[in-house]
Amino acid sequence: MTAPVLEITNLHKSFGKVEVLKGINLTMQSGDVVSLIGSSGSGKTTLLRCVNLLEDYEDGVVAVAGEQIGYTQRNGRRIRLKEKEIARQRAMTGMVFQHFNLFPHMSAIRNVMLGLIKTRKMRNDEAYATAEGWLDRVGMKDRKNHYPGQLSGGQQQRVAIARAIAMNPALMLFDEVTSALDPELISEVLAVVKDLAFDGMTMLLVTHEMQFAHDVSDTVVFMQDGRIGEEGPPDQLFHSPKSERLKAFLKSSKF
Amino acid sequence: MDILQTFEAIWAARWPILDGFGNTILISVVSILLGTPLGVVVGLILSYGNTALRFAVRLYSDFLRGTPVFVLILACFYILSVVGIQLSALQAGIFSLTLFCSSHVGEIVQGALKAIPKGQTEAAKSVGLTFFGTFFSVLLPQALRMILPTWVTTATEIVKASTLLSVIGVVELLLATQQVISRTYLSLELYFFAGFVFFLINFAIEKAGRFVERKVSLPT
Amino acid sequence: MDYNFNFAAVWRDFDLLLSGLGLGLILAVVSIAIGCLIGLFLAFGMLSKKRPIRWAATVYVSAFRNTPILVLILFTFFALPELGIRLGKIESFIVTLAVYSGAYLTEVFRSGLVSLPSGLREAGLTIGLTESRTKILITIPVMFRRVLPALGNNFISLFKDTSLAAAIAVPELTFYARKINVETFRVIETWMVASLIYVLACSIIAAILRRIESRLSIPR
Repeated sequence: MTAPVLEITNLHKSFGKVEVLKGINLTMQSGDVVSLIGSSGSGKTTLLRCVNLLEDYEDGVVAVAGEQIGYTQRNGRRIRLKEKEIARQRAMTGMVFQHFNLFPHMSAIRNVMLGLIKTRKMRNDEAYATAEGWLDRVGMKDRKNHYPGQLSGGQQQRVAIARAIAMNPALMLFDEVTSALDPELISEVLAVVKDLAFDGMTMLLVTHEMQFAHDVSDTVVFMQDGRIGEEGPPDQLFHSPKSERLKAFLKSSKF
Repeated sequence: MDILQTFEAIWAARWPILDGFGNTILISVVSILLGTPLGVVVGLILSYGNTALRFAVRLYSDFLRGTPVFVLILACFYILSVVGIQLSALQAGIFSLTLFCSSHVGEIVQGALKAIPKGQTEAAKSVGLTFFGTFFSVLLPQALRMILPTWVTTATEIVKASTLLSVIGVVELLLATQQVISRTYLSLELYFFAGFVFFLINFAIEKAGRFVERKVSLPT
Repeated sequence: MDYNFNFAAVWRDFDLLLSGLGLGLILAVVSIAIGCLIGLFLAFGMLSKKRPIRWAATVYVSAFRNTPILVLILFTFFALPELGIRLGKIESFIVTLAVYSGAYLTEVFRSGLVSLPSGLREAGLTIGLTESRTKILITIPVMFRRVLPALGNNFISLFKDTSLAAAIAVPELTFYARKINVETFRVIETWMVASLIYVLACSIIAAILRRIESRLSIPR
């Protein structure tokens, strides 16, 4: 049996004295789409950021494709991996940010090509073809030479998705990718994400779009106070929530 | 002021003056070319160095920026010869202007790096770039655009500061002019002439800076 | 390196260095006070509706910012007497630094004025103040607080420029440092002490300026 795409065991993470993740366990198989929901401060974004080590974690294991992210055990001690190793591991996942974070000094296609050339060591023409293909997929091929400053938020976010997925990651991480968008631009981005989900991409999403989470996920995870409060198939979670906290949360998010 | 007489005097002394002009350009260009990369390293350490290294470089930068460049030039010139480093006045002068340039560039680079949103580093990391990959592909190109206007000002400051080397006997444009003055007594005309040439150099630098700024500015 | 440190020679003349520092500070304060007036005047000139006034102010700023201050110092002291303008060393230096700082301060005040919301002036006019009273009572005080940090930085850099007064034998800190250097040959000690005094003076001035800034800041 192959290792799960993502396996999180007993994950703990603190910011100073405040413990924000208090023992998370989560397993994702290939093709799984998991949505993290919950009120702000519940730890869902931090959880996502631990998966590609944008946040260090103190205890537990995050493993992608069977490989522990960020740390190794030596003589019973936990040692942080070298910078270069961590960089390689980060490229196993692709991340899309709330604020796009496109590189403003590069055209759309250069944004997508950067990781392909520097990390995947592709030749320039090979990277160009790959990047162009993915930009086409997200509907941005005709704007490939535009700079981020010339694109709308929705267009920037679609380029950012292409940038992440062009790296051919085992797992895609989406961090509230529509939260910074004007309402009329949200649907074009969600359509792209949905398209990838139906294509079999393994995805872990943090989202405030409940209908979207309902439609796209295999599993929905409700987080509260740094723990997993409830998890299950979307129908079960959204239509017959068990805990009062989840009921209150769903009510407040107008689902 | 007899204009004709002035032109005659300048024309008669054209070769020494051109020599001085050449030295002024040489001093400025070399100091800026050496001082800028050194300054980028200073800015890099101030931004990302470990505590001890950062402290040492902070001290270096604050000390250089707190000392008048004139004192820096005199100190380098006299001290270097005493500690057995045999440099010509020209070399000692370039050395001190390089230090001066590096501390100023270091500050502005640090400021620019601070101004780049954190998300840029995170996005670069998430496509697997290492620290140096992130720095050279993502942070530095953005920082350089940001510092360009201030850097151009620093360049004009260096050109102006190069006149101070005349005090330690480097025959740059100002000292070359003074030597002509001591023969012709045309101090009014020739000081004005020297000032005007410096103005032209710096004016050209500013215009060139604006041009490059426009060239590299990102479309919106 | 074979050098025996001996600070005694420098300590003997420490009071000379301190008196030089005092003179430098006085030169800076007086020059910058005059420079502020020039700068304020020209800043309004740069924003004037009349093109010739705007143009004249721009030429002043561009000319004096781009000319080395050493050339200006020498010009004022050695060349102006030919036109019958004869000034003592100290007066001559103050005039030069005032004119030079005026160019920098114009830029400071201009950007301060530009950053003010236009409603400020309009509000003043609405309550029946004249244009000039609006300037004095409202625009300038608000602008002044805004530009205080930039003003402070300029003050420090102009204070450092007082070291150049040594070039016309004004007995300030650098002048005495050179004198002690020549008389005692305690090269390293002399320049270490001199630059340390400058660095300390600059950081003390910076600290005082920060105090003034927070004292004058508008509560919010």
